[in-house]
Amino acid sequence: MAKYEKILLNNMEQPGYTGSLADYERAGGYQALRTVLKDMQPDQVIEVVKKSGLRGRGGAGFPTGVKWGFIPKDHPGPKYLCCNADESEPGTFKDRQLMERDPHQMLEGMAITCFAIGAQTAYIYIRGEFRLGAKILERAIQEAKTAGYLGDNVLGSGLTINIFVHQGAGAYICGEETALLESLEGKRGLPRFKPPFPATHGLYQKPTVVNNVETMANIPHIINRGGEWFASIGSPPKSCGTRVFCLSGHVKRPGNYEVPMGITFRELIYELGGGMRGDKPLKAFIPGGASAPFLTPEHLDVKMDFESVALAGSMLGSGGVTVMEDGTSMVWAALRLMEFFYHESCGKCTPCREGSSWLVQTLQRIWGKRGRPEDIGVLEELCGNIAGRTVCAFGEAEVAPILSTLRHWRGEYDALIREAQETMPRSKEIPVLTH
Amino acid sequence: MSRYPVKRSALLPLLNLAQREEGFVSEPAMREIAKILDLTPPQVFETVTFYTMFNLKPIGRFHLQVCKSLMCALVGSDNVVGWIQKKLGIGPGQTTSDKTFTLSVVECLGSCGTGPMMQVNDDYYEQLSEEKVGRVLDDLKRDGTCSLKTGPFMYPQPLGK
Repeated sequence: MAKYEKILLNNMEQPGYTGSLADYERAGGYQALRTVLKDMQPDQVIEVVKKSGLRGRGGAGFPTGVKWGFIPKDHPGPKYLCCNADESEPGTFKDRQLMERDPHQMLEGMAITCFAIGAQTAYIYIRGEFRLGAKILERAIQEAKTAGYLGDNVLGSGLTINIFVHQGAGAYICGEETALLESLEGKRGLPRFKPPFPATHGLYQKPTVVNNVETMANIPHIINRGGEWFASIGSPPKSCGTRVFCLSGHVKRPGNYEVPMGITFRELIYELGGGMRGDKPLKAFIPGGASAPFLTPEHLDVKMDFESVALAGSMLGSGGVTVMEDGTSMVWAALRLMEFFYHESCGKCTPCREGSSWLVQTLQRIWGKRGRPEDIGVLEELCGNIAGRTVCAFGEAEVAPILSTLRHWRGEYDALIREAQETMPRSKEIPVLTH
Repeated sequence: MSRYPVKRSALLPLLNLAQREEGFVSEPAMREIAKILDLTPPQVFETVTFYTMFNLKPIGRFHLQVCKSLMCALVGSDNVVGWIQKKLGIGPGQTTSDKTFTLSVVECLGSCGTGPMMQVNDDYYEQLSEEKVGRVLDDLKRDGTCSLKTGPFMYPQPLGK
């Protein structure tokens, strides 16, 4: 098995490491915050992060330092940092581990970020189901406050940095940054139109940075070891550092694997993940969470970095890799994901609200062997009318499983429809979409 | 409430609190919260209905929420629903007659590598088998708690440690 240096999971994998403040300090924790407060200016911190090439680990992959740089410096404040711990992309379960096993790592990253962007208040928006994670974070914040790493006059610098845990209540869309802000303001989590962007009009219409948990966890290491060091890991210049990939589905050893970006899917699935369950052939995999288009065995040697996966027609997204064995129906898989998207569509804009319902019904019809030959056209047309025409990226996400399975496994759709035509007379009761 | 510069931000935390006390969000609770936050009751209600986790009706003492999203479905989450159904005689959306268990089928809970799984009240139970589900249900009914729940999450565990 190839051996790679772990950055984010290294502490928690040491025997006896509990994630307490004492453990974290023993492992060198909060040194980066000391360095930053003692020797650096906010601009210098932003420069180091820009130089590191760190890109957001939530899914969109926006360069973190650039995002911070968008915060207006002359704004009188207040400014806010929101850590996106909503982790609700099916296939993704890394932030849960980062929060529950090494909470101070991300808290230190958040404190440094607050310093860099001039924020005194930060919120961790954690999905409501992660009660254990929320409890662990609350406790860690108390520990850090008592030790002077958070609160008023952080490490004698005169700076105030407060971090609060805010629990969501079960809504996938609140992982979208502007919906997260709406939710944090106590409203329905409906995404906002952009622009204006959160950098100028975010939480309470104030300048706000929204960063993912894993992004935050990387910050202390970048400060301690330098931007150049980070930029030398992985697949530079565009995909620097490691990623915690979440492996799920029909593999022998699912779980979280931290590796440098740029290893191949084959290595992740067959070496780290031990290969397919029951040694069956692999049929399909999703490379970056439910919103990423499906890929085929032909793509196993694609490198796991932002550009290579995009070139292969998908996206690295949130790092959730889901593997499906031979025999898995792709129509069924697309339907399961579509049911998720239908349930989670927030209802703000018409293409997604209405479209997701039509997509689910059409897929259910095909899977239930009541499909009609024209249903493929219906799916394609609906997808075309959703993608790119919605307030947020949810639109692209919900059509990805359908369009990609249609592209690679069209025959499975056709076979189900053919079977329906042969076994069932056309029913007048099936709704027909007219145009 | 001092955590937020705008009162309304405390809405979800207060609703969470209300649900923890009563098991669901009742109308009197919503009216009370509206009063505290200077909102109208419809403003509270419209927010409550957006979020899946809020129950508007009383439910059983233990809320079994089985994930049915693709990643769990690949490793057999539909079986879990069947096992619970067999043991307790309730289907999704139903509550046992003694008001102990309510079964729901839900979307992704962020546990895709350790499926199939279910959440029971605050706790996660993962890598479920029929035997494990049986034990969880028995323990919960008898003791109100079960030692099989997941602690701070790490998977896979480091080799040799």
